[in-house]
Amino acid sequence: MTIDLSRRSFLKLAGAGVAATSLGAMGFGAAEAAEVAHVRAFKLATMTETRNTCTYCSVACGIILYAKGDLKAGETAELVHVEGDADHPTNRGTLCPKGAAIKDFALSATRAVKPRYRAPGGAAWQDISWDQAFDKIARAIKDDRDANLIETNDQGQVVNRWKTAGFLAASGTTNETAWTTYKVVRSLGMVAFDNQARV
Amino acid sequence: MTNSWTDIKNTDLAIVMGGNAAEAHPCGFKWVTEAKAKRGAKLIVVDPRFTRTASVADYYAPIRPGSDIAFLMGVINWCIANGKVQWEYVKNYTNASFLVKEGFGWSDGLFNGYDAEKRVYDTADWDYQLGEDGFALTDPTLSDPRCVWALLKDHVAIYTPDFVENTCGTPKDRFLKICEMIGECAAPDRVMTSMYALGWTQHSKGAQNIRGMAMLQLILGNIGLRGGGVNALRGHSNIQGLTDLGLMSNLIPGYLNIPVDKEVDFETYMSTRGNAPLRPNQTSYWQNYRKFIVSFLKAMWGDAATAENDWAYHYLPKLDVPSYDILRTFEMMAKGEVNLYFCQGFNPLLSFPNRAKLTEALSKLKLLVVMDPLQTETAHFWENHGVFNDVDPAAIQTEVLELPTTCFAEDEGALVNSGRWLQWHWAGATPPGQARRDCWIMANIFLRLRDLYRVEGGKFPDPILNLTWDYADPYEPSPEELAKEMNGRALAPLYDATDPTKLVLDAGKQLKNFSQLKDDGSTMCGCWIFSGCWTEEGNMMARRDNTDPDDTGAYLNWAFAWPLNRRILYNRASADIHGKAWDPTRKLIEWDGAKWAGYDVPDIGVTSKPEDVMPFIMTNEGVGKLFARKGLKDGPFPTHMEPFESPIDNPLNAAIRGNPVARVFPDDLAQMATSAEFPLVGTSYRLTEHFHYWTKHNKVNAALQPEFFVEISEELAAEKGIAKGGQVRIWSKRGQIWAKAVVTKRIKPMICAGKTVHVVGMPIHWGFMGAAQKGFGPNSLTPFVGDANIETPEFKAFLCNIEPVEKGPLA
Repeated sequence: MTIDLSRRSFLKLAGAGVAATSLGAMGFGAAEAAEVAHVRAFKLATMTETRNTCTYCSVACGIILYAKGDLKAGETAELVHVEGDADHPTNRGTLCPKGAAIKDFALSATRAVKPRYRAPGGAAWQDISWDQAFDKIARAIKDDRDANLIETNDQGQVVNRWKTAGFLAASGTTNETAWTTYKVVRSLGMVAFDNQARV
Repeated sequence: MTNSWTDIKNTDLAIVMGGNAAEAHPCGFKWVTEAKAKRGAKLIVVDPRFTRTASVADYYAPIRPGSDIAFLMGVINWCIANGKVQWEYVKNYTNASFLVKEGFGWSDGLFNGYDAEKRVYDTADWDYQLGEDGFALTDPTLSDPRCVWALLKDHVAIYTPDFVENTCGTPKDRFLKICEMIGECAAPDRVMTSMYALGWTQHSKGAQNIRGMAMLQLILGNIGLRGGGVNALRGHSNIQGLTDLGLMSNLIPGYLNIPVDKEVDFETYMSTRGNAPLRPNQTSYWQNYRKFIVSFLKAMWGDAATAENDWAYHYLPKLDVPSYDILRTFEMMAKGEVNLYFCQGFNPLLSFPNRAKLTEALSKLKLLVVMDPLQTETAHFWENHGVFNDVDPAAIQTEVLELPTTCFAEDEGALVNSGRWLQWHWAGATPPGQARRDCWIMANIFLRLRDLYRVEGGKFPDPILNLTWDYADPYEPSPEELAKEMNGRALAPLYDATDPTKLVLDAGKQLKNFSQLKDDGSTMCGCWIFSGCWTEEGNMMARRDNTDPDDTGAYLNWAFAWPLNRRILYNRASADIHGKAWDPTRKLIEWDGAKWAGYDVPDIGVTSKPEDVMPFIMTNEGVGKLFARKGLKDGPFPTHMEPFESPIDNPLNAAIRGNPVARVFPDDLAQMATSAEFPLVGTSYRLTEHFHYWTKHNKVNAALQPEFFVEISEELAAEKGIAKGGQVRIWSKRGQIWAKAVVTKRIKPMICAGKTVHVVGMPIHWGFMGAAQKGFGPNSLTPFVGDANIETPEFKAFLCNIEPVEKGPLA
């Protein structure tokens, strides 16, 4: 099962093979090469394939993303299709009603696509740049932590605890995001820290 | 999971209780189907509703929400009374023979040492009798009246089939049939698997539900075997990983603990974590705690963590309460004690109880920062959406930032599945608009903040200024760099413990696994249980060899499983005391006279002699615990407790409300209803077409299940005059919602304590954002109280009422 034959080249071979075999069987002989040349390849064979994992439950089914454009080559990659990974031991290519429709989650019309700010008492969002957003957050953290970090408790014990801010982390993200988040949140002394494991 | 999804094919009997795998985990559930088709395995479902899993079960029984402990203790009572016990396993691999202190006891629904005012037990006597050598006393004949087995027999004796029927509403004949099916798995060559999910955790005594099953599986000898175990199906794609990495108030990666106030220095912190074995020859692997924590502190603070400064121990916050969990945090927020709140891919407005309280709390923040791929209800909590979010924006002074993040298709890294497999995935699509990776966002916030501290100074800046941040691009740490940090590396040359001239690993090299960790600062490791995931041989999580010798379901060369690539925890227990497989057809590992070897990575020292070293290497005893000592706040054995809002009194003691040691805030207690006011039992659950509050943003799933509904029985519909598809109002002491009524045979009234109990089932998936119709959810109604040990809210059993409405707010 470790033969180095990508699905992409397999699809190309299969497409050409079907055409060649059936034409040959019908006795077209010399016409064969010309016919094969204009048999359309599978559409997916022109796509970039990427191994991924379903983002929903923790069965963690293997999926294959098909995109127009190659992200690794620095191109813009537009997701056009997702299917179950037949090589995956758990799902063996199957997907549930959520996983089967997962492309439309990534392409949802209600994705958040730009940083936005809502002012106190405001009735609408305002656009804000990433830089402005980060400056605002860093300032808010600094001011609140400096004002409210508890360095020692009533008995003089060192506690370095910051209780006036909290952070909910996402159990739909990767270990790597989680570790980055852990480092930052803990270095601040924040104690109101949680994720969906509690629910 | 102790086992894995693919291992379920090896079972003889799957019991799904506290979950609905066919609905919520369809592609994992097919391994049950595989076991049924290929092995003739049976499937039992015990659930308040006749679920999609029940529809393909061999046997189904109803149960009243919140009465699982009574059912499970009833099964244990039946097994003991009928000799359905795997005796060799119980005698050798559990603490059945251990003698318990005289002071431990139970009466009238409570264990000894209960303090009603403080709502805690004094647990001093919940422990073993120790000999002069410091080891626990045992009676291998199990005849001592203070041995765990004798105490357990006494404890479960009240859970007769009649008690179960009366308390759980499960007809006695159905309960007994299930006992017989389960009892067959006490044979060494018959194995049952338990598959559970939030149906067991979302109770004020959730941890005790699960312990009940763990005890039953020990008694049947089903832990550590192929096709056995206690298997948490888990929810989100990386909920296991986030738990492993300790993104919780009281945790450090790898199930280490954040210190408490009285642990005033590192040695005081370590003084209760020596974990000396409680029986001769036992492994007690947590004896290595110091290596794990020192290596973690070195990963966090590098050269700033030294022996002289207690490895930067005081850079960690200390806790003055057990945890600042979400319930406590929202309680504080509602009182105006929280100023800043960050929600990273988390939508608490819909996923936590008592929405009115949550809205009130969020309205008191100064700044709310939401990072999410989607426009969530939490980010938009201040927007008026008519009856679906009836707020006045002008009255809400909270500033809100909505920051767009990538989703799965646009990010690279590892997720940990229920079976503890760390699987790497790659990015394949360009993020929409300005959406960015969470790592980039966290790095940018951190670097700006660090600059502020560098320039301005400030309160205790040391842990921020010294946080290890040596990434090639500090603004965008790469998944590879982060994964390598979690795996850990040598900071100095490491030499062989038995031959100090032999270099094992040079400085700067990735650790092979956590067995190389040191407690002297010469290794760093972000998360010890993940160590082995990215070694000098590369990314073990990206492995894709799906060969499976002899079709055991192990797939050892596919991705990486923690710990040490082990696929079935406690697999030493798959063999008898001499190291021979209980069932040769289920061989996992065996003792060949010199070492352990087989299909899985041995969960025991490879040269540990089988008669000496017992299988449960993480416990101080070396054996599985039928008696949990002080491990849980609400008792060493599970005892039946009613939900905080229950249709009946606790049959063991009518004065006990809910879990007697669960934390409940005064305002929330005042909002708990009695069955006189609210006679119906509400319970919440998921649908196969939806994932929490995400897929309502997906037009396909929104079309498959477009609108919120509740399920009720034909009997309740007739009683209340509710028509099929009619609009209804459902209300609790905390709020009201409207829904379409699905009148169904899948829910039936039950008789408990002589009363007819009706259940109202409510799926969770709707809100006011996304592609689906706007709708309500059960969490406008659910009570603000959590499990006594881990504070998971009691969503699965609460009181409500229902009435038909002529012209409701729904379309």
